[in-house]
Amino acid sequence: MGFVRSVGGAALVFLAATGRIALFAAVAVSHCVRPPIYGRLILRQMISIGYYSLPVVGLTALFTGMVLALQSYTGFARFQAEGAVATVVVISITRELGPVLAALMVAGRVGAAMAAEIGTMRVTEQIDALSTLSTNPYKYLVAPRLIAGFTMLPCLVLVADIIGVFGGFLVGVTVLDFNPGAYIQRTWQYLEAVDVISGLVKAAVFGFVIALMGCYHGYASKGGAQGVGAATTNAVVSSSIMILVFNYFLTGLFFSR
Amino acid sequence: MADAPKIALDDVHKRFGEKRVLNGVSFEVTRGESLVIIGGSGTGKSVTLKCVLGLMNPEAGSIRIDGEETVGLGTRDRARVMTKFGMLFQGSALFDSLPVWENVAFGLIQGQGMARKAAKDLAVAKLANVGLGADVAELFPAELSGGMQKRVSLARAIATEPEIIFFDEPTTGLDPIMADVINDLIVKCVKDLGATALSITHDMASARKIADRVAMIYDGRIIWHGPVAEIDRSGNPYVDQFIHGRAEGPIRMQVKRL
Ligand SMILES: Nc1ncnc2c1ncn2[C@@H]1O[C@H](COP(=O)(O)OP(=O)(O)O)[C@@H](O)[C@H]1O
Ligand SMILES: [Mg+2]
Repeated sequence: MGFVRSVGGAALVFLAATGRIALFAAVAVSHCVRPPIYGRLILRQMISIGYYSLPVVGLTALFTGMVLALQSYTGFARFQAEGAVATVVVISITRELGPVLAALMVAGRVGAAMAAEIGTMRVTEQIDALSTLSTNPYKYLVAPRLIAGFTMLPCLVLVADIIGVFGGFLVGVTVLDFNPGAYIQRTWQYLEAVDVISGLVKAAVFGFVIALMGCYHGYASKGGAQGVGAATTNAVVSSSIMILVFNYFLTGLFFSR
Repeated sequence: MADAPKIALDDVHKRFGEKRVLNGVSFEVTRGESLVIIGGSGTGKSVTLKCVLGLMNPEAGSIRIDGEETVGLGTRDRARVMTKFGMLFQGSALFDSLPVWENVAFGLIQGQGMARKAAKDLAVAKLANVGLGADVAELFPAELSGGMQKRVSLARAIATEPEIIFFDEPTTGLDPIMADVINDLIVKCVKDLGATALSITHDMASARKIADRVAMIYDGRIIWHGPVAEIDRSGNPYVDQFIHGRAEGPIRMQVKRL
């Protein structure tokens, strides 16, 4: 009985949290599409999410592409299929590794910062102050971050795709002695539009999830500095898990047969 | 509803889990009056203000502003009522990502849609009203002392010229001289605007200075109220103990026995 009770209790807690997040998301999205829209704030968030994440996302993509070329080469050499390296690199990067790794890096960088900033505003009553100044906190704080996350992650992933494939190319032609022209030709040969597009759609979903989790946990934080710290951790952990889970289901959606 | 009280609370209840904080709070503030609610720490003074502002929802009771019931108001109507209010928060609650002038002009720019340039000029004027120079306008809140932050917060609260202003412990954490400066500013600003003021404090010097009427909250209820002049002859042992700051008396501090 004790076991059943604790499983049931955990399930209830999970369902309650899911409900609260869904409600938060519904209210926030309704504010994204209704005027007034704060263009200045959206732009600022876009710069903070998109532009300032470029170095970390670029580096991640570069080394992932490089290691992918190295690994697939040694793996495929066992059955004389080294020629597939370029294809494997470009498909792995565009479909999976580009969106997932970029999203995980951004979750750590941006999701945490959002939770900390909004959480601090909550515990120092700045969010209450917004309301008393006739400004809806959802519209002013949450909506710009959701819009920026949703739009900037695909841009970041597009850059990550290019840099990742370039990383594979670099290793391919320098370490593995591929002919550059042949490598590039192999890269294009089997690439389909759906590979890239599915990755970008994933990125948009992940960007939304990162911003949503950062805002939700910040918004719901209570107590003092400790509460803000917990909010930061929860934002990163929950968005990382949701990225991985959603990745599975989105992949199923795109490539099931 | 010309003669409806500006603010009227009737039997307001609020609890957090098992903990009952407000247990039937009732009081009225008439137009242009300044009511100060006194009471110990943790007696629900801030919660009372937040219920009136709609930042918290009471479980039961009625809160009327200009005769209009505001408990359970929808988002749009709440936003409309909110434009009547200005609030000075206990911890100032300045937006630390914005410079001082933008803090003061916030309600004008975001709430009323005023152009930034015009709002900045107005903000500088409001800062002058609370004794701060134009040089402060470009600083960030973190660069200011506690007393200056309170002044900026006061300037922000009055910038939109609200009909009703709330002051949550305006002098807490300030030295006695700065506290008196803030008290004077509050009296002056409220009078200039002709606003209705509702303040909460546990600082008796402050209460005597800014109040027309005083109400004392204890155990989730208003246990006494009357004109500030009568506070020394209230005949209420709770009020007597509080205004003289005695440890002995009917009020027991909730300190856990070891
Ligand atoms: N958001 C909240 N959640 C739970 N308890 C709260 C909350 N806000 C206030 N309280 C509790 O309500 C009581 C009254 O708080 P408050 O109104 O801030 O006191 P004060 O009279 O010092 O302003 C305190 O005991 C506090 O713990
Ligand atoms: Mg308080």
